[in-house]
Amino acid sequence: MPPQTRPAAEFAAKIRAHALRMVHGAKASHIGTSLSMADILSVLYTQTLRIDPERPDWPERDRLIVSKGHGAAILYAALAERGFFPVDWLADYCKDGSKLMGHASHHVPGVEVSTGSLGHGLPIGCGMALAARREGRPHRIFVILSDGELDEGSNWEAVLFAPHHQLDNLVVIVDYNQIQSFGAVKEVLDLDPLPAKWRAFRWSAMEIDGHDFTDLESTLNRVPFEPGKPSAIIAHTVKGKGVSFMENRLAWHYQSPDEGQLAQALQELDSPL
Amino acid sequence: MRTAFIDALEEAAEQDERIWLLCGDLGYSVLEGFARRFPKRYLNAGVAEQDMTGIAAGLAMSGKIVFTYSIANFPVMRCLEQIRNDVCCHNLNVKIVAVGGGVAYGPAGYTHHGVEDLAIMRVLPNMTTLAPGDPVETKALTRAVIERSGPCYLRLGKAGEPVIHTSQPDIRIGKAALLREGSDGALFSAGGTLGTAMKAAADLAARGVSVSVFSMPSLSPLDVKAILTAAKDTRRIVTVEDHGVGGLGSAVAEVLAASRIHPRFTAMHLKPQPAVVAGSQAAMHAMHGIAAPDIVETMLSLLRP
Repeated sequence: MPPQTRPAAEFAAKIRAHALRMVHGAKASHIGTSLSMADILSVLYTQTLRIDPERPDWPERDRLIVSKGHGAAILYAALAERGFFPVDWLADYCKDGSKLMGHASHHVPGVEVSTGSLGHGLPIGCGMALAARREGRPHRIFVILSDGELDEGSNWEAVLFAPHHQLDNLVVIVDYNQIQSFGAVKEVLDLDPLPAKWRAFRWSAMEIDGHDFTDLESTLNRVPFEPGKPSAIIAHTVKGKGVSFMENRLAWHYQSPDEGQLAQALQELDSPL
Repeated sequence: MRTAFIDALEEAAEQDERIWLLCGDLGYSVLEGFARRFPKRYLNAGVAEQDMTGIAAGLAMSGKIVFTYSIANFPVMRCLEQIRNDVCCHNLNVKIVAVGGGVAYGPAGYTHHGVEDLAIMRVLPNMTTLAPGDPVETKALTRAVIERSGPCYLRLGKAGEPVIHTSQPDIRIGKAALLREGSDGALFSAGGTLGTAMKAAADLAARGVSVSVFSMPSLSPLDVKAILTAAKDTRRIVTVEDHGVGGLGSAVAEVLAASRIHPRFTAMHLKPQPAVVAGSQAAMHAMHGIAAPDIVETMLSLLRP
C-alpha cells in the first residue's frame, strides 16, 4: 500500500492537525512530544488495539497506558477520531471546565490511566498484565514511555519485574526522540545502549523507525516477539515530527504555536482536516 | 495486631476471590500461610515499593481488592506518589497495610519509625486512614476495609499487643469507641497508645478524677460528633498517639477550632525529632513525654483553675 493511502497515515495527519489546533487554542505546551508519538498512536488505534469505542469498559479490551501523560493532546485527538467521544470536545482542551486536562485523565472516555508524573505507567501495566496472565485472559497491555521518563527508577523496578513473571502480554513502546525536558538525552542522562539494557533485563527488544508505518505495523502486529517474555519496542522518533520548524527543537516542549505558525504547520501536514 | 490482621485476611480471602496480597519482600512468619493457601493471589514484588504500589493499582483496575504490606514507612513514603496519583486519584480498592506503626520497632532506629504516616495519609483524597488500638480493633477493621470501596490505610503495631477491649466493641470506620466513661475530661487515643490511655485513666481515677477514654482508630473519616459531644460534656480534651504532629491531635484540633466549643485541649504526640538512641516503644514514649504519668499530669493541669 502506498504510504499516503494507508489508514494509519491518514489518521496520523488528522490527529497531528487536531493536536496543533488544541495546543494553539489553549496556549499549551508539549506539542513536540505529541507529534513524536503521533504515528505510533495511529498504528495502535487503527491496526493493533482490540478495542470497542462503544464499550470503553469492555473487560476483554486491550489496554493502552500512555505513561508520558504530557502527550495528552494527541491521545485525546486519537480517541476522538476513533469515536470514543465527539471530536468537537477537542476544541475545549485545557479550557475551564473541560474534562480534557493537560495531562492524560482517566475521566476522558478511552483513557485507561491518568498520568503526568513520569514513571507510573509501567508498574500499573505490570499489575494489569499479571491479573490477565494469572486468570488466563487474552487481552494485551501496551505502555508508551518517553525517553526522559526512563530516568525514573520506578520504571526499572518494573523492567525487572515483568520478565520474572513472564508477562508476554505486556508491550512497552519507548518514544525515543532523544530530547527530554531540559536538554538532549545524551547530555542529561544518556540511555545508550537502550535496546541492550532491555535485553539484559530479559525482555525481547526490537528497534524500529517510529515514523515508518510498515515498520510500525509489522512490529506491533507480531507481539509478543518471544513467548514467555515481555516485548520492548525502541521506536526512534523525531520530536516535533511533521512540522519542519518544530522538529528536533527543545523549545517546542514548551512553546505554543501562534496563528502564523499554526497555519504554516497545518499546511506542511497537508492534513485532510 | 499482625496476627489478628493476617487471620482476618485469610478468613476473608477464603470467601472472596478478589482479595490479593502483595508484599515488599517482608512478612517473615506472617504471610507464609496466605501465600500457601492462595498462591495465585499472592505476590512478593521484591524490595520495590513503588513498583508494588503501581502493580496494586493495575490489579485493582482489573477488579481486585489488593492489600500491600510492608514495614512502617516503606509502603507509605517510598511510594507516596504512587499512592496519591495511581491509587487515590483513581479511587482504587488498594488497602495499604503498614506494620510497626509509630515506634513499635523502637530499637531499630528512625528509618523504621512510622511517625509521620497518619499525618500524610489522612490528607489524601478518597483515603480511609485507620490506626487500630488493639487486636480486637485490628480484626474488625481488616474486615471493614474489605467491605469499604476505595483506598484504605491500615496502620498496625507489631505482634503480641494486649487486648484492651474487655467486651466485644462495635468498631466501625468513622466511629469512636468508648472504653471508659468519665465526666471530668476525655482522653482520645489512636493506635498503639490505647493501653497507655486506659492506664492513665485508672491512675486518674485513683486520684479522684474521672475521665472518658475513647479509642479513635479512624482518623479519616473522623468521628466529629464524638469529639464535640465530649468537648461539650467534659470541657477538657487530651489526645495521645504513637505518632508525631499532624495525626489525631491535629485532626481533633481542626474540629475544635472550627466549632463554637472551646474546651481546654492538649495534643500529646511524639516530638519531631529523629531518634538518636535506641529505645523500646515504652521507653520511647517516656522519652517523648507521652507515657501514662505524662498523660495524668497533662489532664491534671487542664483541671487546675
